Amino acid sequence: MAEIKSVIGTQNKKGQTYTDTWKMMNEAPRTPSFYTGSEVIKEAIRRASCDVMIAYPITPQSEAAALIGELFAEGYIGDYFRGESEFAVMSQCAGAAFGGARVFTTTAGPGTMRAMENFPMWAGARLPIQMIVTCRGINSPLSIQPDTLEIAYLLNTGMLVWHAETAQDFFDWILKGYIVSEEPDVHLPLALCCDGFFVTHTKDVVNLTPADMCLPPYDPYRSPVPCMDMECPPVRMMRDPFVMKSNYISYATHASWQQEIWAAIERSRKHSIHWLNGLIDTENTDADIMIVASGTAVSQGREAIRLLEDEGVRCGLVKVKTLRPWPEEEIREATKNAKHIFVPEFNVTGWLAREIKATIPNHERVHAGPHVCGGMTMPPEIIVSEIKTALGMKSFSLAGRGS
Amino acid sequence: MSKERIQISEALYDIMPSDYQDLVKSATYGKEDRGWKDIGTSKELIEQHSLCAGCPESMAFRYILASLPNPEDTVMVGSTGCTSLVFPMVAVHNIHSLFGNQNAIASGLKRALSVRFPDRVKDVVVLAGDGATVDIGLDMTLQAWFRQEKFTTICFDNELYANTGGQESGLMQKGFVAKMAPVGKLFDKVRLPEIARESGCHYVVNCTVSKPSLVEKVIRNAVHIAREIGPTYLQLYTPCILEIGKNSMEGLQEMRDSEKPTERFAYKEYVSEPAKQLLTELAAKDKERKAAAKQLAGQASA
Repeated sequence: MAEIKSVIGTQNKKGQTYTDTWKMMNEAPRTPSFYTGSEVIKEAIRRASCDVMIAYPITPQSEAAALIGELFAEGYIGDYFRGESEFAVMSQCAGAAFGGARVFTTTAGPGTMRAMENFPMWAGARLPIQMIVTCRGINSPLSIQPDTLEIAYLLNTGMLVWHAETAQDFFDWILKGYIVSEEPDVHLPLALCCDGFFVTHTKDVVNLTPADMCLPPYDPYRSPVPCMDMECPPVRMMRDPFVMKSNYISYATHASWQQEIWAAIERSRKHSIHWLNGLIDTENTDADIMIVASGTAVSQGREAIRLLEDEGVRCGLVKVKTLRPWPEEEIREATKNAKHIFVPEFNVTGWLAREIKATIPNHERVHAGPHVCGGMTMPPEIIVSEIKTALGMKSFSLAGRGS
Repeated sequence: MSKERIQISEALYDIMPSDYQDLVKSATYGKEDRGWKDIGTSKELIEQHSLCAGCPESMAFRYILASLPNPEDTVMVGSTGCTSLVFPMVAVHNIHSLFGNQNAIASGLKRALSVRFPDRVKDVVVLAGDGATVDIGLDMTLQAWFRQEKFTTICFDNELYANTGGQESGLMQKGFVAKMAPVGKLFDKVRLPEIARESGCHYVVNCTVSKPSLVEKVIRNAVHIAREIGPTYLQLYTPCILEIGKNSMEGLQEMRDSEKPTERFAYKEYVSEPAKQLLTELAAKDKERKAAAKQLAGQASA
């Protein structure tokens, strides 16, 4: 039996100390820093003990992807290069993860869509790749503006999907995300989403962990499937490849493996609750009116609640942090007193409202809106207006809305 | 991987599958002069496969696996197609992920292995069909070469989409009537070997798999050059006897007919200058090793 040594307390080649992640995230001193979201991604990856990052330019993630190139030049990342398209990049990420590396990449909008074939493959191959998705429009005519429609397509890929509200979420969740997705009973890729521009291109005060502390390295031999590095026996996988067989054993194998992926998402629940302090955050859950949102719609919802308070209307808030695993029980519990549930979203179809409607009893309580899309901002006033209109209260007309 | 890694605990020996026991007993991992001649006397790194009887692809697979210079530290990357029916029975780690992305997978894989094992040799070898290499995956095939990724790309060229039932492919000959080419293919066979050379490959060979000794030579060269210098490309004719209307025993003759000097699979080779130098060095070392072995044998018998 090989001797098992902990790397905690030892240093990497950059002089950073591999630190117990719980201590690093929860006990180490934090330094307030004024950074853009893109810079925050760089700072998180500086501390993430990443082996390979693969980049491709697409607005609004290009800056973050290029900044991580600077980290590579400084020696913080094992390897880094620009791929030829998002489809290729996500396959290159898969190759690196098959080879036992901790892998990071970023994409956005049309890039997410172009790469889509890879995502169920990542999940099926149990590759714990982390991908930042800085959401933007995917419609035609061409748009580069914030829009979260692409998240709807990620929800059924078998990936973990988290939706950050702020740059602080981003910093913490990038690091915690690796820990959750690399758990042997999870071992799935993570799509860590944010609303492009609103988070990536604005500056905010973010409390950073010490730059001389970093995550313990990824151990590919804790994976539930063999790492493809010829360091363990290359046993024949099966007598007949399942791909071409039209028989029950073949179907049952594929079916059970798909079920296992979704069971692994379920098993990530306990780790996500532990690290994120719950899958949702709540305020005023005893209120008659609740806003349930994810991403920057949460921030706008919070402002709307403040405006409504000025008018004597009490309103609560649910911030949904993880979309996969889906916090079904938590949302049911948090909305059990609500008579009206409003779901503000930055997309045209209202995928979050649909998920919520499918989750809670008496779903006629759900008002799917307000929606903005195509890059429109969501002033808190339109949330206020939506709520007041639904409640039969008099609402002053908003400029340009024609009513 | 050291050979100790595949040893079986004595207590469990008898319950392991016999093909695994055979791998431990008589496979050629770590054998320096392994090659096609080991076939028949040692355990091959390929078990039973589900290709058609007489399929030249199965011959190619056996020769290639017997010839890899470093199988104990080689990871192979496949793609969708007939090859993906074989890889599950191959005793080196291999990856199938999607159709056509094999050179992108291999790029990430090779880099990860280089980061994780900076002081050890880990070879990566791509093996995919012509649809995967030239049609759906051409972008990633070429881009990996442009980037000088250090792995070998092998294309099993059967001049059509065999696994889906014989549709037209880019490497099909002009005029060939096939599914999706109902009036005959309208454009020439894509000249990928030439494109490979222009794209930065350091070693390019176009040939058939009729001669195992030749396959052994080009595989060893391609893997060594990729390891030390940069990308290499082998285009091997493995005719789909089913789709061109041949019988099981006619595959070999089909290859022999197609490698005549005027035919499209006449042996063609390109070796870059740095690759030539490497091959010369390797040949010298090989000669030295053989001479030393001979001397040792002479001493032993004296």
